[in-house]
Amino acid sequence: MSEKKSGADAPLTRALSDSATLSRRNFLQMVGVTGAATGLGLPKAGPAAAPLGAAAQNANDADPGKLSLKLKVNGSNQTLRVDPRTTLLDALRDHLQLTGSKKGCDHGQCGACTVHVNGRRVNACLSLAAMHEGDEITTIEGLGKPGSLHPMQQAFLEHDGYQCGYCTSGQIMSATALLKEPCGSANADVKEAMSGNICRCGAYSNIVAAIQQVRKA
Amino acid sequence: MEPFTYSRASQTRDAIAAAANASTAQQGAEVRFVAGGTTLIDLMKLNVERPQQVVDINHLPLSEVETLADGRLKIGALVRNSDLAHHSVVQRDYAVLSEALLAGASTQLRNMASTGGNLLQRTRCNYFRDADMPCNKREPGSGCSAIKGANRNLAILGTSDHCIATNPSDMNVALSALEAVIVVQGTQGERQVPIDAFFLLPGTTPEHETVLQPGDLITHVLLPAPVKGSRSHYLKLRDRASYEFALASAAVVFATEAGKISHVRIALGGVGTKPWRSPEAEKALQGHSPTPENFAAAAAVALRDAQPQSENAFKVDLAQRCLTQALATAANV
Repeated sequence: MSEKKSGADAPLTRALSDSATLSRRNFLQMVGVTGAATGLGLPKAGPAAAPLGAAAQNANDADPGKLSLKLKVNGSNQTLRVDPRTTLLDALRDHLQLTGSKKGCDHGQCGACTVHVNGRRVNACLSLAAMHEGDEITTIEGLGKPGSLHPMQQAFLEHDGYQCGYCTSGQIMSATALLKEPCGSANADVKEAMSGNICRCGAYSNIVAAIQQVRKA
Repeated sequence: MEPFTYSRASQTRDAIAAAANASTAQQGAEVRFVAGGTTLIDLMKLNVERPQQVVDINHLPLSEVETLADGRLKIGALVRNSDLAHHSVVQRDYAVLSEALLAGASTQLRNMASTGGNLLQRTRCNYFRDADMPCNKREPGSGCSAIKGANRNLAILGTSDHCIATNPSDMNVALSALEAVIVVQGTQGERQVPIDAFFLLPGTTPEHETVLQPGDLITHVLLPAPVKGSRSHYLKLRDRASYEFALASAAVVFATEAGKISHVRIALGGVGTKPWRSPEAEKALQGHSPTPENFAAAAAVALRDAQPQSENAFKVDLAQRCLTQALATAANV
């Protein structure tokens, strides 16, 4: 860790050295929040808000260009103010600090960002947060907790359905959604249904085994 | 991503009025509708799409699938791809459409993507997606990087010196074989456009992909009543088994009477700059016997005008085999 005590790094360094229980995840979350704040610090002058029928969304004199947004995330009502460009994934990770949903490709190709919206799995990276006013979002944090894991989380543990773990939350969110979808019983059917979730470590056979265990339970 | 204003349309006329302010509904549109977002948000992140205003149409009442009194099927533009694929009437009467939808993208994307959005997913190649490369579709007049570049996956039918990108949709191929009609509402009211006339060839203006004008909103897709006794099938060939664009695909609708082909509709995917209906191949089969030899001969007719690029001559043969097999499966021979 840096010994640097000057400039913009100093407050962060102090905060870190004050923390007796600093974990890698906490550190990354702090860096992530700082980075996001810096990125949003100087909003470009966007086009003026355009009221449309009864639904002008981003007209706000105090905070031009930002949108007010209500989401129900993992059972809790959340109110956010976001730039219209904010994706659902960035809203979850950077605004609500729910970093279990991962950013992999950020283009809907890898599935690491998979969450449930009103019970259906979607790629959170390809959806604007603003499109989800009033929606119910479930992330990996809302699925189970240490000590009371969702059966799919437990099955991934038992079958070693991961190596590095980066794709795992997306895999598990897809797998739990799959339980309620039309899907044949064969391993080949599971592979087809899970094809939107890429695992570069190649834990596929263990992932299929974990899913089949839960489906047969 | 460039800044934009976001608004939510609660009425169709409000959405149309907002979009009518744009100078074009094609490449460079200043106003874009968003439904699923799976194409638009992707391209906005790449700065290929740079709308100043995004109009969310997800709250418009366009999510129903309805059988009309005359037997046609009316599909709302906001019906999600997964819902349409699993709809009981679609599975029973328009199997080719269900099969095509389920062959496209992933479950997550199908849960998001809408019927209207799938129709409007961009005809594209990797150079179109890369804002640092010349592309006549993205920047008219800048040149085509694909013609002398990586073109293995690109089109062999309907190409021009300006663009060889493929229309990547599976759904559109099935809709072409089903002779779907696109219902559009615009500033001048409603009009109905047959799908084959909806998509444009690139010619000298590849930035124009459809007949849509500023303010136009796709509200529905109409399917003709199913042909009595017909069977249909979608076959997709690709580099990997799932979650991959077609190298070649074929959608066929097929019926026989007294041992002769009484009805046949053929469309190809992965090979054309638009969903590629082949009336020539249909004509070659109409009234003839449903034999593998006749299917192969018709497939040769369908690819007669193919103009392969440096890396994709294999598609000429692959597309013929794909169509021959799709016809054989539909005919059960």
